[in-house]
Amino acid sequence: MPMTAQAIEEAILAALPGATVELTDLAGDNDHWAATVTAPQFVGKSRVAQHKLVYAAFGGRMGGELHALQVTTRTPT
Amino acid sequence: MADTHARISDLVTSNDVVLFMKGTPLFPQCGFSSRAVAILDHCGVAYESVDVLQDMEIRQGIKSFSDWPTIPQLYVKGEFVGGSDIMMEMFEAGELQQLLNEQGVAKVS
Repeated sequence: MPMTAQAIEEAILAALPGATVELTDLAGDNDHWAATVTAPQFVGKSRVAQHKLVYAAFGGRMGGELHALQVTTRTPT
Repeated sequence: MADTHARISDLVTSNDVVLFMKGTPLFPQCGFSSRAVAILDHCGVAYESVDVLQDMEIRQGIKSFSDWPTIPQLYVKGEFVGGSDIMMEMFEAGELQQLLNEQGVAKVS
């Protein structure tokens, strides 16, 4: 079962309180998502570290249950 | 797993640029890998590619080696740079080209 948009957003918000998440269904199949995540926790971190924080929100589901997630990270302005 | 990590370590230190991907640069087997290849081709640098679909040990081992859950993965001079999203962000900001230049990576002749 692919993860729903709501489940993806909830997972990110649970891991990164105060974040904003913008999801786009890339292929219209509910399975290939792009997420733009803006989070205060990203401040001062490298891109790799920022993406790891997002991936960590999904535990082992990334690459499995969550097949395709394109991630863009932003710091709050 | 220790052996696999040693193999990966050898790959990323004996080649300036290594892309771990699904498929080959000519026939990528995944959209993200295809994007990573396109970015490197735009940068015009020579790189080594490793098809993880042909090697289950590396496919699993690279994830723990880098502490990164997805493929593709780019290494420059032994350092993990990121996956395709980070490659794209860096490319668009000109940072990837700058990194490759600074590291003295050979251009495709």
